[in-house]
Amino acid sequence: MLLELRQKYAINGILLYVVSTIFVVQLCYGRVIDENAWIALFWIILLFAAFNAVSKSFVQESAFRRLYYFSLASAVSVVLSKIIYNALLMMILGILSLLVFVLFMGMPSFSMGLFLPAFLLGCIGISASLTMVSAIASRSGNNAALMAILGFPVVVPLLLLLVNTSKISLKTEIITAEIIKSLSALLMIDTVVVVLAVILFPYLWRD
Amino acid sequence: MIKGLWWKLTGLALVLYSIIAGQLITVPALPVIHETIRNLFYHVCMWFAMFTMFGTSLVYSIRYLSGFKPQHDVMASESVYNGLFFGIMGLTTGMIWAKFTWGDFWTNDPQLNGAAVSMMAYLAYAVLRSSIDEKSMRARISAVYNIFAFMLLVIFLGVLPRLADSSLHPGKGGNSSTMEGLDINMRLVFYPAAIGWLLVAFWILQIRARKRQLIQQV
Repeated sequence: MLLELRQKYAINGILLYVVSTIFVVQLCYGRVIDENAWIALFWIILLFAAFNAVSKSFVQESAFRRLYYFSLASAVSVVLSKIIYNALLMMILGILSLLVFVLFMGMPSFSMGLFLPAFLLGCIGISASLTMVSAIASRSGNNAALMAILGFPVVVPLLLLLVNTSKISLKTEIITAEIIKSLSALLMIDTVVVVLAVILFPYLWRD
Repeated sequence: MIKGLWWKLTGLALVLYSIIAGQLITVPALPVIHETIRNLFYHVCMWFAMFTMFGTSLVYSIRYLSGFKPQHDVMASESVYNGLFFGIMGLTTGMIWAKFTWGDFWTNDPQLNGAAVSMMAYLAYAVLRSSIDEKSMRARISAVYNIFAFMLLVIFLGVLPRLADSSLHPGKGGNSSTMEGLDINMRLVFYPAAIGWLLVAFWILQIRARKRQLIQQV
């Protein structure tokens, strides 16, 4: 099931999109940019890349392919494989765009012990919740608009936490309790989203 | 005689009592808030009613998914619409209060932003419902989304404001908690007000659900 999903979707297209967005940012701001703006821009770019990448997962699939999956595997395995695939895609995309962003815009002095785990957890959470939203949106009529409307409130809590965590990781000395607090909040949202997706997806899948 | 008249009348009486008594009783003079503390009787009750309505709709959504009975879907969607009404009233009363206390209708505060985004999540529920034509599919998908939206509501109004370091909102983020500042006089108005508004909210929900069922039968 996982292997089946390894079609070369438009990874290259999304990557090009990210790079060109970052380039535009660089053209607008120059290299001088303060740390808060860095964080905000980075997460906004990544958010839109995620919307583009993940919305492909259900919205662009035809009814025939859905029937094919349906005959092949159970609903839980379909949604789990979709989430895993999208999470991997988001991580690769996120790391590449982080590299490009650092290349163009410079790197604030993050403490990596907090920023990297938060970054990875955030990628998983965003991709899992967007997978679920795209599954909901794909079953209705106008799914492109609905994807944005439904996705925005779902992603905002994660994004708020991520921006907060990034800001905390800018401080020179970080209290361990703060690290644990923000990471556990992210982890909690991730698990809640994945568990809900696994429980609720079979209801969406049936026709 | 209307069935269940007693609880409806109790609700109405409690709401009327709280509106009148809320203006008349003496309130403790707290710094900054002063007389605007009376808004507690109206604003907070709106959010209680909204939370209860969304909770009701969560229960009915789960019941719909486990039984696929159409009347559960009617109850779930009507209580979301009802909850949206109370939420908008809560936002409005809060904004008027904020204008007089903080000097502005809207501030960039975790509590306020959470409320706004969770209202948006439930408005998206309405959009989702209207964009699916087929009835049973609409009921199923919106029930699934409703469970998601309630999780968001809990995260936004329960978890994130507590994680944030600072909030202007009374009772949050190390601010002077209004609950502790409540004296016995205010409690005597506040609790009946909350119960009264809840009863009225359920009454409205009952009327709306009956109306929907009548329309469907025609």
